[in-house]
Amino acid sequence: MDNILGFFLQHRETIFIVILSIFLGIEVISHVPAILHTPLMSGANAIHGVVIIGAIIVMGHADTTGSMVLGFLAVVLGTLNVVGGFVVTDRMLEMFKKKK
Amino acid sequence: MDQLSQISNGISILEITYVIASVLFILGLKMLSHPLTARRGNILAAFGMVFAIIATIVLHRKDGEPIGNILWILIAIAIGTVIGWIIAKKVKMTAMPQLVSFFNGMGGAAAALISMMEFPHVSPDLIAEQGMSNGHVLAILLGLMIGTISWAGSMIAFGKLDGWIGDMRIKAMKYVNLTILAVLIGLIIFLMTRDVQTTTELMPIIYLMFAVSVIYGVLFVMPIGGADMPVVISLLNSFTGVAAAMGGFLYNNQAMLTGGILVGSAGTILTVLMCKAMNRSLLNVIVGVFGGGGEANVVGGGTIKEISLTDAAVLLSYSKKVVIVPGYGLAVAQAQHICHELDKLLEEKGVEVKYAIHPVAGRMPGHMNVLLAEADVPYEQLIESDEINPDLPNTDVVIVIGANDVVNPAAEDDPSSPIYGMPIIKARNAKNIIVMKRGMGKGYAAIENMLFFNNKTRMLFGDAKSTLQNLVNEVKSL
Repeated sequence: MDNILGFFLQHRETIFIVILSIFLGIEVISHVPAILHTPLMSGANAIHGVVIIGAIIVMGHADTTGSMVLGFLAVVLGTLNVVGGFVVTDRMLEMFKKKK
Repeated sequence: MDQLSQISNGISILEITYVIASVLFILGLKMLSHPLTARRGNILAAFGMVFAIIATIVLHRKDGEPIGNILWILIAIAIGTVIGWIIAKKVKMTAMPQLVSFFNGMGGAAAALISMMEFPHVSPDLIAEQGMSNGHVLAILLGLMIGTISWAGSMIAFGKLDGWIGDMRIKAMKYVNLTILAVLIGLIIFLMTRDVQTTTELMPIIYLMFAVSVIYGVLFVMPIGGADMPVVISLLNSFTGVAAAMGGFLYNNQAMLTGGILVGSAGTILTVLMCKAMNRSLLNVIVGVFGGGGEANVVGGGTIKEISLTDAAVLLSYSKKVVIVPGYGLAVAQAQHICHELDKLLEEKGVEVKYAIHPVAGRMPGHMNVLLAEADVPYEQLIESDEINPDLPNTDVVIVIGANDVVNPAAEDDPSSPIYGMPIIKARNAKNIIVMKRGMGKGYAAIENMLFFNNKTRMLFGDAKSTLQNLVNEVKSL
């Protein structure tokens, strides 16, 4: 019990952020028209590419060859997620331009 | 002293950048959910990402140590950018769903790799103080498990949508999957209750956990039918979001945390919305076996009547109202441009032409809108199925092009049908129905379609593109 309470106290800011972000995510998405489901999924897909920051941190402090290789791979894959995600989304949305 | 304040200034700037990046992610996602602002929203979120990446490389400090191996990091980013850019630009619009799945898998793999590399570096002080059951270890293990499942599952979804992996449907599958999930949770509990000095000695179990997670990811997606794939991709998308958020816990990094959780929750809601569009529950998609091997709903049948191109051209030209129901068959044949040509031609003749878009037409919700927009079909001509259905009894001709399940009356008539309850475009209410199809094959959900045997239905067999081309020529020559 002490452990759980201690954990909560120690991480209270993080827990707040998590809870608020969950509601924010629900709120932001709830009224999306069906036609935008695909671009939205793709856009969200690009945003979780933020994992690349973790990959950079890991790679930035890698010291052995093994961890260098894995870190390098992680950064490449993370970049693929970010760049591919945003470019594909843009390509989809490019077609929704109003035609006059 | 000077140097010290310099470093702490750097950290402050880094944190401010993360706040800005988080705000841009939120705004971007918000703008992405409105047609007019969507494109700017995407670019805004991309800017947020670039800020966060640059700031991390320049300003991040771990125990006062700056980021090393910068050259290698930049090379890795350059490689990822070039490959990602080329793939994203080159792939055909019809292959969009598997592409999203592929990029999603990459993010999951990155999250899993981070966890694998961080596990042996858990500080011995922390273990001495709190044992293995602490938040740090839990974040690493969950990141590994969820990231790996997302990666393996996305690759299978990618293969399925691309057509080189078939469905595997075994009744006992869900019990096998539940068992494996239990094993994974067991492994996490096992690891967190070990009494060790350092985590390095537990690495073999980490590799085992990775392997089991891969198996789970594969088996999780394998039995899910092709028609449900968009839902699965959306679900895996939110998985990767959660995996990224685990990295946020690990590094106490707010940008990763907000970005990841935001996608996790938004992705979950999107998944639920997609399920609603198909009138299925999420649980049903995951454990329910779609199609069930097609339990022979061939009863009834009846006769199929064909129509000649000339007759079809005449029928269309002298109609007042025509509704086109496009399906994936149209997209595969790359026939959206020629289809638009037909509708322009008919409009010139004074025929009112509308497109009826089912929420799950194509391979993903909204996929068909993207494909038709690519062919310059004006936005105003695309009508969602709920809005067009009341109009269909007054419609002279419905042309169904390469669509099947979305017009299948079994969804309303046959409680034993796997698609029973799914909202459909009620094509059978129209005065005439022309169905363009390659042959008498079944739809993606592998069930018989009684619409084809309807008295008002005429079939026009052949490849959608060449049939439409011939039809256009016929209409022109009238």
